[in-house]
Amino acid sequence: MSELSHTAAGDLPMIELRHVHKWFGAFHVLNDVSLSVRRGERVVICGPSGSGKSTAIRCINRLEHHQQGEIFVDGIELTDDIRQIEAVRREVGMVFQQFNLFPHLTVLDNLTLAPIWVRKMPKREAEALAMHYLERVRIPDQARKFPGQLSGGQQQRVAIARSLCMKPQVMLFDEPTSALDPEMIKEVLDVMVGLADDGMTMIVVTHEMAFARRVADLMIFMDRGEIVETAPPAEFFSAPKSERTRLFLSQILRD
Amino acid sequence: MAKAVAWVRARLFNTPVNALLTLLILYGLAVTVPPLFDWGVLRASTSAADYAACRQSGGACWAFIGDWYRFILFGRFPYDQQWRPAVTVVIFIALLLASSDRRLWHRRLAVLWIIGLVVIGILMWGGIFGLPYVETELWNGLPLTLILAVTGIAFSFPLAVLLALGRRSGMPAVRVLCVFYIEIIRGMPFIVFLFMGSVMLPLFLPENLTIPKLWRADIVFALFIAAYVAEVIRGGLQAMPRGQFEAAQALGLGYWRQMRLVILPQALVISIPALVGTFIGAFKDTALVTVVGFFDLLQDVTAGMNDPHWRGAYVEGYAFVAAIYFVFCYFMSRYSRYLEAQLSRGR
Repeated sequence: MSELSHTAAGDLPMIELRHVHKWFGAFHVLNDVSLSVRRGERVVICGPSGSGKSTAIRCINRLEHHQQGEIFVDGIELTDDIRQIEAVRREVGMVFQQFNLFPHLTVLDNLTLAPIWVRKMPKREAEALAMHYLERVRIPDQARKFPGQLSGGQQQRVAIARSLCMKPQVMLFDEPTSALDPEMIKEVLDVMVGLADDGMTMIVVTHEMAFARRVADLMIFMDRGEIVETAPPAEFFSAPKSERTRLFLSQILRD
Repeated sequence: MAKAVAWVRARLFNTPVNALLTLLILYGLAVTVPPLFDWGVLRASTSAADYAACRQSGGACWAFIGDWYRFILFGRFPYDQQWRPAVTVVIFIALLLASSDRRLWHRRLAVLWIIGLVVIGILMWGGIFGLPYVETELWNGLPLTLILAVTGIAFSFPLAVLLALGRRSGMPAVRVLCVFYIEIIRGMPFIVFLFMGSVMLPLFLPENLTIPKLWRADIVFALFIAAYVAEVIRGGLQAMPRGQFEAAQALGLGYWRQMRLVILPQALVISIPALVGTFIGAFKDTALVTVVGFFDLLQDVTAGMNDPHWRGAYVEGYAFVAAIYFVFCYFMSRYSRYLEAQLSRGR
């Protein structure tokens, strides 16, 4: 239980992965992944599909469990203890590629669900909070609609607002624009840039390199389950050290 | 007229196979409907004094139903008190109709059901408000069928949800237990469990604890259909995208809240058509209680057919009971189609 009490803040990393390994059967999906993210830091992870980048961030809120190594979030270690896991999940927001809004609930109910049931917030207060974040993602007029009535870009913005309603310390983005039509990508990225400007701690898995250049403090390139390269964006894009990073960037930046 | 011809051509004779099928069906109807109409309506007798008199006209003997309908519907319930089960049936039908209106799906509906069931209990048992007490042995016929079906389904449902969740649980002990329960129940006929409930169960119960036969059968019935309902719900759960579970987890919802707030509301809607099918089957299965000595609709009509005056009126008696079953089952099936259309709209 001692991990639950927050150690004096200071320079303690918000997220720390130490020598994390994970296997799907015989497939070594995470191979000795170590990563440290400070409060307020923005990290962008890129890499070819199957490189383990999504799995890595899904380990941070335990949608996947790691088999070796240690993961700490805000000083809480992720173990099999469901109380620890739920404590971490309350502080870590996640945005999915497929939005994963709850289709049977209105937009407003999607947003107030967790504040009401997890944070025990009174309904009125939760709705005010939800409207605040809907305004922030610029779709307050859609509050009474169902997710199925919105465009993909609007749904993803609702999903971001839903996570923000829990007032998370960290936001994880798992390819948030990969399922969107090109004309909708910008409206979602704009919201994410806004979040970054407000100082949110973010880990983003994406192929949007223009976005990465704009907001990232740190770029990470993963391939075959390993972190191949870690560098600030300026260095990462202009002078990648590894051949694999160079190849990947040349493919992704071609057009 | 030209329009009708065009319609017939387009719908009934558009391909050689369809034309052939149409002709076959027309032939089938021509062979069966006129004699049936002749028997059931034209030559039917509604006023004969006994079955022998009916035979004179050579048609159906509806006079038998006229003479025996009260016993068929309410069985041995005291004759002068039979307005009580009659009102019970009306209350049940009203409750079912009210529940079928989606606009009334609200907590108030549950309150309505509780009030309705209390009133039904008072009516059937009596013993207060000057109503003479009637023991459950005498609750016969249609009210018995409805009580068994409605309470059986209502009790089975929460159990079925737990079994379905348990079967998908990450805890091996829970999963094995649920699989074991479901497969045992599904692996044996209902009649076996009915006999166990009515004959064997009392042997294991303490001497001073006697559960009336009606409630033993009802419990067995609920436990039995729960296994089938659980499998239907499991199908709905399996159809849920993984992302819905993950989104609920990522928001910090605990297991039961994930299920109650996010997963089950969607999974149950997906399951509605199959659930209604299971409920229709369960409704008809209540007729099996006849074999352990209950006077349900089927047993009541058999008693009538043994009346010396009406010996031989089998077809009429069974047709009457079949019609009652059909009305309820047809309503359920129409309702499920309506509900599917309603729920798939606007999504």
